[in-house]
Amino acid sequence: MSNIIDLTLSELVSNIKNKKISSNEATSEYIERSKKSKNLNTYIEETFEDALKKAKEFDSKPDLNKKLPGIPMAIKDLFCTKNVKTTASSKILNNFIPTYESTVTQNLWNDGAILLGKLNCDEFAMGSSNETSFFGNVISPIDKDLVPGGSSGGSASALAAKLTPATIGTDTGGSIRQPASFTGTVGLKPTYGSCSRYGIVAFASSLDQAGPMTRNVNDAALLLEVMSSFDNKDSTSVDFKRPMYSKDLSKDIKGKKIGIPKEYRVDGMSEEIEKLWEDGKNYLKDCGAEIIDISLPHTKFALPTYYIVAPAEASSNLARYDGVKYGFRTQGNNLIDMYEKTRSAGFGDEVKRRIMIGTYVLSSGYYDAYYLKAQKVRRLIKNDFNNIFQKVDAILTPSTPSSAFKIGDKSNDPVSMYLNDIFTVPVNLAGLPGISIPAGLDKKGYPLGLQIIGKSFDEQNILNIAYSMEDKINFKFNLKEWWMND
Amino acid sequence: MTKDYLIERNGKKYEVVIGLEVHAQVLSESKLFSTSATKFGSEPNTQVSLVDAAFPGMLPVINEFCIKQAIKTGIGLNAKINNKSIFDRKNYFYADLPQGYQISQYKDPIVGEGNVVLDLASGSKTIGIERLHLEQDAGKSIHDIDPKNTLVDLNRSGVALMEIVSKPDLRSPEEVNVYIKKLRSIMRYLGTCDGNMQEGSLRADVNVSVRKQGEDKYGTRCEIKNVNSIKFMQMAIEHEANRQVDILEEGGKIDQETRLFDTKKNETRSMRSKEDAHDYRYFPDPDLLPLQFNDEYVENIKKEIPELPDQKKSRFIEKFNLSPYEANILVSDLDISKYFEAVIENSDVKLSSNWITGELFALLNEKNLEIIESPISAKNLSKLINLIKDGTISGKIAKTVFEMMADGDKNPIEIVKEKGLKQQSDPKELEKLIEKVINDNQDKVKEYKSGKEKLFGFFVGQAMKVSGGKANPQLINEILKKKLK
Repeated sequence: MSNIIDLTLSELVSNIKNKKISSNEATSEYIERSKKSKNLNTYIEETFEDALKKAKEFDSKPDLNKKLPGIPMAIKDLFCTKNVKTTASSKILNNFIPTYESTVTQNLWNDGAILLGKLNCDEFAMGSSNETSFFGNVISPIDKDLVPGGSSGGSASALAAKLTPATIGTDTGGSIRQPASFTGTVGLKPTYGSCSRYGIVAFASSLDQAGPMTRNVNDAALLLEVMSSFDNKDSTSVDFKRPMYSKDLSKDIKGKKIGIPKEYRVDGMSEEIEKLWEDGKNYLKDCGAEIIDISLPHTKFALPTYYIVAPAEASSNLARYDGVKYGFRTQGNNLIDMYEKTRSAGFGDEVKRRIMIGTYVLSSGYYDAYYLKAQKVRRLIKNDFNNIFQKVDAILTPSTPSSAFKIGDKSNDPVSMYLNDIFTVPVNLAGLPGISIPAGLDKKGYPLGLQIIGKSFDEQNILNIAYSMEDKINFKFNLKEWWMND
Repeated sequence: MTKDYLIERNGKKYEVVIGLEVHAQVLSESKLFSTSATKFGSEPNTQVSLVDAAFPGMLPVINEFCIKQAIKTGIGLNAKINNKSIFDRKNYFYADLPQGYQISQYKDPIVGEGNVVLDLASGSKTIGIERLHLEQDAGKSIHDIDPKNTLVDLNRSGVALMEIVSKPDLRSPEEVNVYIKKLRSIMRYLGTCDGNMQEGSLRADVNVSVRKQGEDKYGTRCEIKNVNSIKFMQMAIEHEANRQVDILEEGGKIDQETRLFDTKKNETRSMRSKEDAHDYRYFPDPDLLPLQFNDEYVENIKKEIPELPDQKKSRFIEKFNLSPYEANILVSDLDISKYFEAVIENSDVKLSSNWITGELFALLNEKNLEIIESPISAKNLSKLINLIKDGTISGKIAKTVFEMMADGDKNPIEIVKEKGLKQQSDPKELEKLIEKVINDNQDKVKEYKSGKEKLFGFFVGQAMKVSGGKANPQLINEILKKKLK
């Protein structure tokens, strides 16, 4: 039998169910490997001892009807976890221990999963390279100079380095799909309203969605099945009949119409990405799908729209971090002084930048020109998708305009950093599901991803398409374990 | 017609224009967006959920009961109910505002235009309502417990408020008094706000401007923030209107600003000017979907609306033949109207009205009690009135009995029996009694017969005195007239 850490989530689940592997064995293996992988800087908080205790408890009375029976899992530090420090990678929450559990993580634990620890991410999920974290940047296991992407960079890195069999992230403008693409893994952003936002540190409420990050499509289907639930604690949660995504997974996509939006062929797009996209189309044709050229005319406005809407909401969402109730505080001479000192010291540069942009676009005299206009454009972007989904079943695009870049390459150039999200952002603005699957390597040998965008609550369809393509693509990446300590 | 409220200076007359933003706490067990309790006077920070304290990842979930309360109030204000409304965030930093924003309604409130009819000495007057919207209350900053620190109590944080904005239709402190009382009365009838000003359930921002009598254009207004009693509102308006007139008379200009009323010094002072006004950066709260309901939803709520003061007043006038003045007093407060209706269930309406607005109100006034705390129950007052009506006791004796009843809500029938206060109505007995009075006062009888007819009252008085006040005065009159012929 192969090593435990090389098993996919689904394989590990069946091995535990068949009693070939115990939860304790799996948990111990992942802990050992995580301990040897500190160079990647993926973990912010480790809960190894507790995990082992829970694994043993599980083994002593295994409930094998659970979907994630005794499965150890590290998760992004944006999910509030009861009695476990939750920081959102910010100094301002450096000492914050929630007394409550997010709905999504509670769903995982209810179905048998065990928390290994909390994973690094960009501060308040603001970033595309995991360089904005108060706890330092995360390194990609792909190569030592490489960013893992962001904001779920710790999750992507830990997943690719096999420090967790699967993980969960959050995606506001591409924070699951972009790092998945950079690390040769699968990342799914569900339809807005599919996974509860309760207990997730908010970045931009109308865009945030939690989703699975896994080694293959089957695992993503399984994990989504567990994560997604209707939750009356989140007013934007949608009550719809949730399919058994993993059970219903099928490679029959014959006759499916897949749209190729011409607006995603951006200026200066590399030949590698062109080729990747072309290959994707061919794989789909091989599966019996029909390729249709389409237009999403408002695509070019998506990025500026996103960088108005998201900071606007963030500027308000982050107002609660004021040093009064919890978290970090710097003493001041009076209330205003305390606010200023606390927030100056507690937030990093990127977070401050976005708070300032958000405050600006909501200010009286600018609101109509920025925020209101952005909301109108958002509606047009949504309409583009709604119209096109009358004609096609899904849309295929590259996940990112390039492969992973080097640490420090873009950290001083916010605009070029923001351009990374150009293919992922429209999906959040429209509230649609999107999945990134590894689809090839660039010249440097770094992974590249393709994105499949679906109709609202049509996750099953894009999972099926991804599942079929996965088979044809047969993505392989030779992971050299250069980061490991003894 | 009473005189208009005008401020005179140097021979010129100024009219005062007032608009109110009333903040009424929604009567609800739990808060607007969380399940925490709303009980007044609880230990600090004992009614605070993670949502109220704005912990990371916490989300507001609307309390449907508060929505219904707002709709009810809107119906009571004869207002347009908006089937779609939006919750916005009003962003500002303060220690007792945990989220760093207040969830309120800005451009699209739940209730639109309506009106309230005031009964004034000069007749009735309709005051326009601009809108009613729902919003969260903030917590409370306490500055006087700790010498160095401000303490924060979040019990009130997230409690549902209705902000009821009037049009600038009010013209005097007295109209404001009547307006607030009418609003409060309507909401108490509806059960949507207890109107308790001491507990802060009802408070108002008062907008005041002045203009020369006869002018069409409004003057520049000042907003006096957060005034929590009718008396203070009236004082603040008087002071503020006079201040503005003084400025104008000196050739100055009014600055549009927010002012505070200092209740100790009886003056308003500037809090912040228009230039310093907060930029609240309102935007729709992305955590909450637009609030939508259909007409049927509103229709169903309409079915639960009880008879409101105006309707009750009309009914009292038509059905019971009460004067508008009496009816107004009896309907002004839901509890008074309930008391009245309980009394008249078994008693004469006119007598009941007289006794409630006369003796009972005097008693309550004297003891500083509300009608629900009345020492005499409606049931016993009804019995007393029946004793008067059927001639068992006289009105005068009834007053004595009433006083005795007040001590422990005693049954008047028992008192009358116990004290032997039953009216003497036996003509034979009374004749004997009168004969005694005549015999004892022969000199007066002479005078009377020689034309001093005024003395008749003296004989009545003597007869009543001899009877210990129990004699039926009507019979005494009749018999005396016969005997003195």
